[in-house]
Amino acid sequence: MDKTVNQKAWFLVLPVFLVVAFSAVLPLMTVVNYSMQDTFGNNQFFWNGVGWFKELLDPSTDLGGRFLASLGRNLFFSLVILAIEVPLGIVVALSMPREGWTVAACLVILALPLLIPWNVVGTIWQIFGRPDIGLLGYVLNAAGIDYNYVSNDIDAWVTVIVMDVWHWTSLVALLCYAGLKSIPEAYYQAAQIDGASRWAVFKAIQLPKMNRVLLIAVLLRFMDSFMIYTEPFVVTGGGPGNSTTFVSIELVKIALGQFDLGKAAALSLVYNLIILIVCWIFYTVMTNAGVERKVQAESEPASEPKSAAALKPVPVLKPKEGVA
Amino acid sequence: MHSIPGRRLIMGLFLIFLLLPIYWLVNMSFKTNSEIISTMTLWPHTPTLQHYKRIFTDESWYSGYINSLEYVVLNTIISISVALPAAYAFSRYRFLGDKHLFFWLLSNRMAPAAVYALPFFNLYSAIGLFDTPWAVALAHCIFNVPLAVWILEGFVSGVPREIDETAFLDGYSFPRFFIKILVPLIASGIGVAAFFCFMFSWVELLLARTLTSVSAKPIAAIMTRTVSASGMDWGLLAAAGVLTIIPGALVIWFVRNYIASGFALGRV
Repeated sequence: MDKTVNQKAWFLVLPVFLVVAFSAVLPLMTVVNYSMQDTFGNNQFFWNGVGWFKELLDPSTDLGGRFLASLGRNLFFSLVILAIEVPLGIVVALSMPREGWTVAACLVILALPLLIPWNVVGTIWQIFGRPDIGLLGYVLNAAGIDYNYVSNDIDAWVTVIVMDVWHWTSLVALLCYAGLKSIPEAYYQAAQIDGASRWAVFKAIQLPKMNRVLLIAVLLRFMDSFMIYTEPFVVTGGGPGNSTTFVSIELVKIALGQFDLGKAAALSLVYNLIILIVCWIFYTVMTNAGVERKVQAESEPASEPKSAAALKPVPVLKPKEGVA
Repeated sequence: MHSIPGRRLIMGLFLIFLLLPIYWLVNMSFKTNSEIISTMTLWPHTPTLQHYKRIFTDESWYSGYINSLEYVVLNTIISISVALPAAYAFSRYRFLGDKHLFFWLLSNRMAPAAVYALPFFNLYSAIGLFDTPWAVALAHCIFNVPLAVWILEGFVSGVPREIDETAFLDGYSFPRFFIKILVPLIASGIGVAAFFCFMFSWVELLLARTLTSVSAKPIAAIMTRTVSASGMDWGLLAAAGVLTIIPGALVIWFVRNYIASGFALGRV
């Protein structure tokens, strides 16, 4: 769809611009301001230049060591949950019932964890995993596995990861399910006539159709796991020791716990910058994927023989350029 | 739709995995505290409603639910009403800086709440909104408005352009066209966007807790406070948790038919 150039459209965007600017730009300015200063309390501030940033990126200092360690933990955490949730989500989406009341039932149950307040998610798993009153902890210990997420690093990690898988795999599954639903039945019939294997159908028809939603899923899951705070904080409090202290937890500790404004602000900016860069990479990839598919769809000859392996996704709705 | 072998088993196991922890919470909420601590029982042997009764009769508890719903609803209304015109603009027109603006909005959806907790505290204290539902509702706009724009843009783009043109030829003014024609056409999209705004505002705690102290405290924050003050009242904690799940479950039930396309944000 070709868009017309119309600068008056800015008036339509203005309310959004003002609301978001009020709640994003204004606070960010205070953060920039704080990040250059030091305080000894009593609202007395001293110019500190880029001192905090130097300290932040130097692993030998206390601040830098804590930041880089939590950043490493956070990246590892994000990668692990992506590696689990994306394949699992696809499998669950493929396992959805085809029709009848079970579809609605499955959808409602799948969506349920997504609508539980995050600290309640933490509470649920805190209770569920406790060796004395929780089913999971009790069963594991009864089975002879010494499991205690409060004192053991690995148990704490496993608990936090399983909790996140429990909490968010549904999002990936629902996104993939939406992608799968948009595949016309004719594709499958063509594949059947060609005698395509189950795997070929998945690779040639279903996976390409899910491309777009999978990108959204990976983007959302990466971002949200990268700024995870509430759930692990409730379950482990960042412990034992610092073993599950992610960047947000560290930041809140410094900002609201120690009220160390300069350090917290510097950390915030670097943290935000990382997110901005990753977001931009995803955005570019998504936009390009949209454009490529458009080109591909247009250049595809109409009389191409329809063998299952050669089936290419012909977008039902033409992807819009610019916006993913 | 074609599925994989053993799908019933996989689906069944996954649903059990999802439901088991929730069941355990519900189970505990009906137990007495002595039963919770002393024995491991798979269902409440001496079922009690005492925890629920306490929440519904104690104002400091049930007011938390009202506070939470108040800012969630406020936020949903603000987000949708500012996002609708913007979604239309992004979908139909090209204008100076449109792509940058869209990316900037999107990047705010991804900004970590922890970064904003302290500046928001300062900002809303300075303008006298601290500890009101408005503070939380406005703060949650930072991630809900971009999301609403994103979702609605997808739905508006699904409406053929010819409809706009015909309406304008028929002499509709822009506001009249918007309210009489466009809004009814994307009603399901608005429902989906509202669902998402509700969802993300309802589940967020860090900002909601930071921006309130007494009179607008959300239920999620009350849970943590009361429990730590009175030792561990597991039954009460579980009951409060169960009650926070219910609004979400109700909302899901209403949008169940749109849920799949909704999660794809209107762009499959």
